[in-house]
Amino acid sequence: MASVSEEASERGVEQQIVLPWSRALQMTRENIFVRVGRSAITASGIFLGIAFLTAVLFSAAAARVEAAINLQKWGQETSEPEMQARIIWLAAMSLLVATVGIVNAMLMSVTERYKEIGTMKCLGALDSFIVRLFLLEAGMLGILGSITGAIGGTGIMTLVYARQLGWEGAGACWKETAVQVAGWGMPLWLGALVAVAIGGILSVLAALYPAWRAAKMPPAAALRSEF
Amino acid sequence: MSVYEYIVRTKDLSKYYVMGGTEVRALDDVALDIRRGEYVSIMGPSGSGKSTLFNMIGGLDKPTKGTVFIDEVDMAQLTASELAFLRCRKIGYIFQTFNLIPVMTALENVTLPMVFAGLTTDDALDKGAALLTKVGLGDRRDHKPTELSGGQQQRVAIARAFANDPAIILADEPTGNLDLRTGKEIIDLLKQMNEENKVTVISATHDLKMIDVSDRVVWIRDGKIERIEEREDIDLQVGQMEGEEK
Repeated sequence: MASVSEEASERGVEQQIVLPWSRALQMTRENIFVRVGRSAITASGIFLGIAFLTAVLFSAAAARVEAAINLQKWGQETSEPEMQARIIWLAAMSLLVATVGIVNAMLMSVTERYKEIGTMKCLGALDSFIVRLFLLEAGMLGILGSITGAIGGTGIMTLVYARQLGWEGAGACWKETAVQVAGWGMPLWLGALVAVAIGGILSVLAALYPAWRAAKMPPAAALRSEF
Repeated sequence: MSVYEYIVRTKDLSKYYVMGGTEVRALDDVALDIRRGEYVSIMGPSGSGKSTLFNMIGGLDKPTKGTVFIDEVDMAQLTASELAFLRCRKIGYIFQTFNLIPVMTALENVTLPMVFAGLTTDDALDKGAALLTKVGLGDRRDHKPTELSGGQQQRVAIARAFANDPAIILADEPTGNLDLRTGKEIIDLLKQMNEENKVTVISATHDLKMIDVSDRVVWIRDGKIERIEEREDIDLQVGQMEGEEK
């Protein structure tokens, strides 16, 4: 039997240990769907944050629609800068809420599984495998949570504004500018898609540090965790 | 290719902690040599340092002082990837709490190390099924850990430990969470694998039933080795249970 370093340097060690993407995806799917309740709780942090964000965007668009209607009906004008400031403030707050919710959820998700991580390292998993698995899971939960959050947020807003502006008015909100980006008005439908993307990206970013730290823990410490 | 007589060697191995202002010496200058194919039990009371020694030998934690040689390779000199390679191919771990992945079936648990080692899915499944049959769980492949008893989970863990034909099996209190009868079955299974596969078994335990199957017993207390005894020299008869034939 060759000594460890002889065998290892024969072909670059890292190529000797693999985690095929298909298997990583399968493991991630199993982790999410077998632990449905737990995944739902993690995703709810993302759901709420993105629901809030898209609701804010919707009301920004709705405010413009309302302003246009007021102008048309009663020649009443609404102050543009005032509206903008409020919208930006609310959008920023909602992003903050979303971030905190996602980071918290990801932290919980990783710390709960220290023992599993330690076990996998004993089976030979490279640190990068652990990170990869958690980022995949965070991405999947992030997209799922964001999509449902966007649907939820805009859905409720549509119903709410349908009372005020009628179904046509509510429908018109979708094409209306939700927020000004560098002088260009982003329509609501695009804003909602951007919010979903932000939710997905934030989830992956939020999981990055906890996952990396967990992967670097010495297995003895990880295995000692009790949950 | 070189084959060394001592598969594990420790030299001046020490692990010190600082707890509440005082230094705790979990291990203090431990020197231990373990031969290929041996079945060694490290025995001692709780807090004696046997789990710490287990962690050092298994590369699960770094010592404060001293060296661990696996096949004459200093573990401290290995990179993270080389350590992972060692854990994947050379060492199989068995734990008191079984440590199976809860969302995976028995077969998936057993084949996970094979996935890391790069086996194709078909090869892995065949080998995994054969291993599960060997430990007596051939018909429980698709059961998840929650659907298995403690003894069955430990058997799956043993099958998993042998996934990549390791040279060393490290067992930390393998019978700790099992009743007397099941514990005896597990010990017999380990001895069987040790004899058939010529695998070195190093077990940290306070289960006296382990003495019968060990080639040598290392008694450890307060972080130091008290004495090392060959099995023949130990004058101890562990009682038999009703209904057992010997």
